Amino acid sequence: MEKLSLFLGCIVPNRYPGIEKATKLCLQKLEVDASDLPGASCCPAPGVFKSFDKATWLALASRNIVLSEKMERDILTVCNGCYGSLADANIELKKDPEMKARTNTCLKEIGMEFKGTTEVRHIIEFLYKEFGPEKLKGFITTPLDLRVALHYGCHLIKPSKERNLGETEAPEFFDELVEATGAKSVDYTDKMMCCGAGGGVRSGHAAESLEMLEHKLACIRNAKVDCIVNACPFCHLQFDKGQLAVNEKFGTDYSIPVLHYSQLLGLALGFSPDELGIEQNAVQNIEFLAKIYEISAGLKSTTQC
Amino acid sequence: MSEELLKVLKAAGLDILSCMHCGTCTGSCPSGRHTGLNTRRIIRDARKNRATVLSDDALWLCTTCYTCQERCPRGIPITDAILELRRLAVREGFMLPEHRLVSKMVLECGHAVPLDEETKKKREELGLDPIPETVQKYPEALEGLKILLKTCKFDELVAEK
Ligand code: SF4
Ligand code: SF4
Repeated sequence: MEKLSLFLGCIVPNRYPGIEKATKLCLQKLEVDASDLPGASCCPAPGVFKSFDKATWLALASRNIVLSEKMERDILTVCNGCYGSLADANIELKKDPEMKARTNTCLKEIGMEFKGTTEVRHIIEFLYKEFGPEKLKGFITTPLDLRVALHYGCHLIKPSKERNLGETEAPEFFDELVEATGAKSVDYTDKMMCCGAGGGVRSGHAAESLEMLEHKLACIRNAKVDCIVNACPFCHLQFDKGQLAVNEKFGTDYSIPVLHYSQLLGLALGFSPDELGIEQNAVQNIEFLAKIYEISAGLKSTTQC
Repeated sequence: MSEELLKVLKAAGLDILSCMHCGTCTGSCPSGRHTGLNTRRIIRDARKNRATVLSDDALWLCTTCYTCQERCPRGIPITDAILELRRLAVREGFMLPEHRLVSKMVLECGHAVPLDEETKKKREELGLDPIPETVQKYPEALEGLKILLKTCKFDELVAEK
């Protein structure tokens, strides 16, 4: 299917609308046909709802999928968690007729039926497979002279047997997309480690969640980067809001800016930081903002990378 | 109960019997480095049908990062087994208050993280509609979602027992 529906989930529209705006701007610029998905709900969050009740998890996920089936569009997510829930539920329901029948009995109560006619895509996987770094470079108008600590996040690539994105210990496809913008993806210790938010840990065990985050932040700081880039609003929230909580808890002074890939790509496609909602983050790093405004206004030469 | 544990895991296609106690899972765990989670112990307790594994708070320290599952030399679906154990635990009434709250949010407004006033303003600043195109904007859609959750008896499952 060439046509997509943009699945927002919870955190993007309800906490980080800059990611929603940036994604829409990028998709327009890249001439991808992506519509809204009216009436969509929580995906539901895999770490929590899949941990509580499988039937409920499948029912809610399939309801979202059916909304897109009815529009004859594939679903596009910009969140690893939403991708984890929707893609995994979609696969399970397509594979297991019994589970599909049971889920459809629930959906029937609201006049819906899961048919299995749609695919679930993640924006990173989509851009890599449908565009690829080389083609993407052709769209870049504002090469970014930035050092980036890339955070893949877990559910984009794992469980790998369902993802078809290659191995999970040192993947490169996302780094290639980052470097297509002109930025440098800098290696750092424990790059593939989880941000500590998933599985209901951030909500249920906040202190432990922040300890994991602090470790990650320390590794990133050592790599001397301009910003963190992610592809998941839940990781984004953990890195951004969580950073302030880490500072409070551990007496640290982290101030590392956090960008979703849509926002990074948006900058490289010529949009300004304020159009992309980058200033709406909890972490306010004036130096970084000044730098990206300069880049965005074309005041900074980027030839020496 | 204890007899059931292994059976339920097996019925869900989750065979943990081939564990050889190598400890790769524990050594790979980003949570275990900082918390009381010992992944191998969970698998061992489940294997020995120890019902106490369901009341073990460590079950809820797993971030579901899937690193252990990817690395297990015996190909044990560790993370999926932990998720199944959690579901059994919830059925036994073990659930953190914070998780009941997240569930309540979804039952009430269809989102685990609902819209707030601050974000509405941010949306307007960006030139977006203050209310996003989700279930929050469409009362009939929300009604349908609530019926669906009721059909699954999710409200009963997460209610304080
Ligand atoms: S990695 Fe696999 S085989 Fe090794 S202890 Fe963990 S579950 Fe057992
Ligand atoms: S999935 Fe859970 S138990 Fe396994 S490594 Fe990740 S946090 Fe640890």
